[in-house]
Amino acid sequence: MGGYILKRLVSAVPVLLGITVIVFAIMSLIPGDPATAILGSYATPENVEKLNRDLGLDKPLVQQYFIWIGNMLQGDFGRSFALNRPVLDEVLDRFSATLVLAGAAFILCAVLGIIAGVISAARQYGWADRAITVAVILGISIPSFFLGMMMILFFAVRLKWLPVSGMYAIYGGGDLPDLLRHLAMPAIALSLVATGVVARLSRAAMLEVLRQDFIRTARAKGVGEGRVIWGHALRAAMVSIIPVLGIQAGFVLSGAVYIEIVFQWPGVGRMLVDAILKRDLLLVQGGVVFVAACYVFFNIVVDVAQSLLDPRIRT
Amino acid sequence: MSLALETRDLTKTFDVGKRLMRPPKAQVHAVHPTSLNVENGETLGIVGESGCGKSTLARMLVGLLPPTSGTIEIEGLSGGSSPADFGRVIQYVFQDPVSSLNPRKTIRQILEAPLIHLHGMGRTERSARIDEIFDSVSLRPEFLDRYPHEFSGGQAQRIGIARALAANARILVLDEPVSALDVSVQAQVLNLLADLKDELGLTYLFISHDLAVVEAVSDRVAVLYFGAVVEEGRAENIFASPRHPYTRLLAESAPVVGRPIGGQAQGELPDPMNPPPGCAFASRCPRATDICRTDRPELRPIEGDQRAACHHPLDP
Amino acid sequence: MSTFIKLLARNRLAIFGAAVLGVIILLIVVTPLLPLPDPDATATADRFKRPFSDGFILGTDHLGRDLLSRLLWGTQLSLAVGLAAALIAGTVGAAIGIVAGYFGGRIDNVIMRAIDMLMAFPYILLALAIVAALGPGLLNALYAVAAVNIPFFARNVRGVTVSIAHKEFVDAARLSGMGHIRILTTEILPNVLPVVIIAMSTTIGWMILETAGLSFLGLGSQPPQADLGSMLGEARAALITAPHTSIVPGMMILLIVMSVNLLGDGVRDALDPRLRSGALSRPMAATLVRRDETPPEEAETEAVLSLENLQTRFEVGSRIYRAVGGVSLAINPGECVGLIGESGSGKSVTALSVMGLVASPPGIITGGAVRLNGQDLIGAPYRRLRALRGDRVAYIFQDPLSTLHPLYRVGDQLTEAIRVHHRISRDAAHERAVKLLEDVRIPNARARIRSYPHELSGGMRQRVAIAMALANEPEVIIADEPTTALDVTVQAQILKLLDDLRRDRGVSILFITHDFGVVGQLCDRVAVMYAGRIVEEGTTAEVLDAPAHPYTKRLIACVPELGAGRRELHAIPGLPPAVDQLPHGCAFAPRCHKATGLCATSEIELTGTGRKVRCILPEEDVA
Ligand SMILES: Nc1ncnc2c1ncn2[C@@H]1O[C@H](COP(=O)(O)OP(=O)(O)OP(=O)(O)O)[C@@H](O)[C@H]1O
Ligand code: SF4
Ligand code: SF4
Ligand SMILES: [Mg+2]
Repeated sequence: MGGYILKRLVSAVPVLLGITVIVFAIMSLIPGDPATAILGSYATPENVEKLNRDLGLDKPLVQQYFIWIGNMLQGDFGRSFALNRPVLDEVLDRFSATLVLAGAAFILCAVLGIIAGVISAARQYGWADRAITVAVILGISIPSFFLGMMMILFFAVRLKWLPVSGMYAIYGGGDLPDLLRHLAMPAIALSLVATGVVARLSRAAMLEVLRQDFIRTARAKGVGEGRVIWGHALRAAMVSIIPVLGIQAGFVLSGAVYIEIVFQWPGVGRMLVDAILKRDLLLVQGGVVFVAACYVFFNIVVDVAQSLLDPRIRT
Repeated sequence: MSLALETRDLTKTFDVGKRLMRPPKAQVHAVHPTSLNVENGETLGIVGESGCGKSTLARMLVGLLPPTSGTIEIEGLSGGSSPADFGRVIQYVFQDPVSSLNPRKTIRQILEAPLIHLHGMGRTERSARIDEIFDSVSLRPEFLDRYPHEFSGGQAQRIGIARALAANARILVLDEPVSALDVSVQAQVLNLLADLKDELGLTYLFISHDLAVVEAVSDRVAVLYFGAVVEEGRAENIFASPRHPYTRLLAESAPVVGRPIGGQAQGELPDPMNPPPGCAFASRCPRATDICRTDRPELRPIEGDQRAACHHPLDP
Repeated sequence: MSTFIKLLARNRLAIFGAAVLGVIILLIVVTPLLPLPDPDATATADRFKRPFSDGFILGTDHLGRDLLSRLLWGTQLSLAVGLAAALIAGTVGAAIGIVAGYFGGRIDNVIMRAIDMLMAFPYILLALAIVAALGPGLLNALYAVAAVNIPFFARNVRGVTVSIAHKEFVDAARLSGMGHIRILTTEILPNVLPVVIIAMSTTIGWMILETAGLSFLGLGSQPPQADLGSMLGEARAALITAPHTSIVPGMMILLIVMSVNLLGDGVRDALDPRLRSGALSRPMAATLVRRDETPPEEAETEAVLSLENLQTRFEVGSRIYRAVGGVSLAINPGECVGLIGESGSGKSVTALSVMGLVASPPGIITGGAVRLNGQDLIGAPYRRLRALRGDRVAYIFQDPLSTLHPLYRVGDQLTEAIRVHHRISRDAAHERAVKLLEDVRIPNARARIRSYPHELSGGMRQRVAIAMALANEPEVIIADEPTTALDVTVQAQILKLLDDLRRDRGVSILFITHDFGVVGQLCDRVAVMYAGRIVEEGTTAEVLDAPAHPYTKRLIACVPELGAGRRELHAIPGLPPAVDQLPHGCAFAPRCHKATGLCATSEIELTGTGRKVRCILPEEDVA
């Protein structure tokens, strides 16, 4: 097991390098003089000169890339000129907020999606299956940002059950109940699409598995139907559900960008959009690399979970 | 009699666990150096259990798989380099008749392909030839414009045979041509193959895991075990008086009415990634001695044209 | 094509989606002709007009622009951009996937590594980076969305291409002298195309959503030009004061995406052959029973298990497959009865009907009785069936790789079989499992019990399956072709094991096979099945030495037997009948050389006692 984890960690190195290459390549598409483009309205002569020095922008691209990588490995992701603070500090601050939101949404979508999918498959063509199917179609068709706005209108403005936006109350907030009250709507809005996708794929995976010979074997042994469904079948279905969860984590992280804007959640997605609109390109670059790297590590966790489940890939 | 096909020390090694820059993790020897002769007009049966390299050998013979080493000579010429060069002289009939036909083409389109690409025939010539071939496999001409899914396994296999005939090759490699068919249909196809052979003077390499079928259709039989020919001889002798212990095990294991269940050797095939140094059958062989575990036996004549690769061949 | 339309038309949700989408498309097509105000004309005096006021059907936005006009023009733009993105991503991705999948090897390796890198990003990060580099704008958003989705298509199509490229018909095409390009275009592409279409139709909705999302963030279409996303984005500031400005574009996105998704799912279901036959339904815990007649009177027999006129059918659409059409068979204590027949003759369905294991839907037991020690099991409550399954009647199936659960250790599967019927401790069950593995002669059982099925060879796996069947010392074991998937040398070992076990333990076996040799070596009695019915029954020696039914006789004659030498085989002309259109009278009549007019008209009964035959002109006298 330890060997497998180590192997996966090692294999992440080229992926991480690839990510930096891709981001670097995209950023080098920026037209015009790079320093001026990066600095935008902050392009004072001193700033331009400092940037040229830090990033070697006058050097060939390959060399620039290595300078950039070298800096990042030392924890120097550059400096946001719009915010006048190191990129890494800002990203770390914001990322923790995103993690709370996306983490909550991810857990919701995984648990609810799988349960809904299993029930739907086990009661195929029954009323529960139909209801879940309709809910799933609505869920995957509704834009999360629109859903978020409608939730605000209904639950916050009309019913006044929950706060309109933000992560904590401005006065006297900051404790866990306060956080949960603020988290409820954005997490649900964010998880909805992913829940729909997970439910749908879990249903398909379960239907596929339930037709397999080993399910018939279990029934022929006299195993009860509850255990057949939630034990034998779900376990086998998890083999195809877990990779979907890994992909959905990426979608949840992506959807967080919209939700953070709608609910004014102080996360990394909102930061990135602001940075793009302000053309704070170093912040964009650093933020993208950081979040992508975190996602790579999350996927390693997913793979390890998969290998725990499935002995056939554990070599 | 002239040789239709001859292989000399044909081998195939597969790499397992390919890696981008570095050499592969391991190698599997699917076919050990194999030398076979097939005479014109002969049927050579090849038997062996699953994974013994039957299909790998067959695919090399028709050029679908490049050999790792060794040579193939077909009708006195060393075979070409592409499947198309092979295609004119040797053709293949596949095990799974349905998956060997493209579901999105009509039977006519499927049969035309070799005529166009191998022989460059014109339209009218093609149509006449297809009718002729279709008739020879006893199928009705109105089937020509249907799609493969409309046919039963036996019919689809006839179409597969028709395609092989269309290439006008004199040698057919039949890779388990009846294993996917029902017994009552099996006999129809086997009889058709026998008739075609007489009519057209074909040469067959008939691959199967079913000893009884091989015995019924072959002139000579080669027994494959773990990627190597362990015994070769006339069909009427090889199972009746096997000289290699493995051939005997096979023959005794085959269920035959009125005979007690036989062939009780325990043990399993060796690990192909880590083949034993001596005889591959040593771990299951009741006659094995020390030399069997260290020296690999060569295929050598035992009696007449029966050859076996064994240090201690059985008495007849 | 016509079947495709037919299947699509049968899908009500897809029709609904198509209808909604059709209306929307109609609206945007006629938009330029409608007397609508300029969508970008501002009139600050008319700000935030409610719907249906002052001639503004949907009201106005924060700059007083007419919402209906903006909505229709915006819909046009959003749809066009989403479609374009899907087409670009689909085409480029499919091309990459086909090339990688067909050529394989190093090309594949390099391409797929690059794809993996792209997929290592949460998709929006990549899109944001692209927009950041190219600058906000609708066209750039389109590029970003298309680029981000290429890996998805490439990977999907590659997988399908690999499986098709390994199909035998591609090898056949190579042997027919075709080159790579021709094979790619005429053999591979037509087979991959449905997958590409499915992938596109199920992702267009998603792409529309994504481009709308980028516009919502202000990174897509730039003012004053409106698409649905930017309308929603601009309306957000006035969400609380003028909610209609948000609801209007939001609902439109929802409608479009939902209708596209419904239609896309319909297209997928209609194109995916696995879904076509309705095969993707889950088998229920026990086979449905719909017995019209009351089961026949109970006769006094010594049989442990007796089937009486058992009938099982499959109802698929309007077709009825009479897989088992009235089978009667008795198995006495300690007896091994062979059930032999060609593929599709109904052997497995007969066997599975006994414990209600036939997949249902579509399977239904429509008549007859299955008596275990005299008590009818057809229609028994599920709890009773469950209690008997694996305890009194156990099964061994054909392919041990697919019939053992791949993710549980064999020991756990064995102990489970014991513990669902007996309240014993885990340790005791474990000890019993080790003992069982030793009984089926698995060497080193104590270590092997921790193995997973894939770590064992085929023969070992089948031994585990046999051990599982023996776990509760059942009275009857039903073995459905337990050696068909094995090599002959392994088959001999397994047959020997079964033979020894049944003699030691006195268990009754119903042994299903298509091999006369196996029947001859193992069974006391044998029943021959053809087209869902037993056509002949008797002791093994009687049936094999002097077959009475013309079918049995000719079937034996067409199977080569080892040691008989080279010879012409006596084939039976024609094919077994399809069980959804059985001929009248004797099912074998169309292939039988003795058939007379009577054979095809009257119902032929199974006659005789002990030795039975279903034929009016039998080859041997059986009376
Ligand atoms: N799930 C199903 N849906 C529809 N038809 C089915 C289904 N399962 C079996 N059938 C039909 O029932 C008939 C009998 O099938 P069965 O599996 O019992 O045959 P068999 O004698 O066991 O054949 P084999 O030797 O191939 O195992 C066949 O015609 C088959 O097409
Ligand atoms: S060489 Fe030795 S081990 Fe091999 S088959 Fe002959 S006797 Fe047996
Ligand atoms: S009943 Fe008639 S058709 Fe049927 S097997 Fe007997 S002789 Fe042949
Ligand atoms: Mg069967």
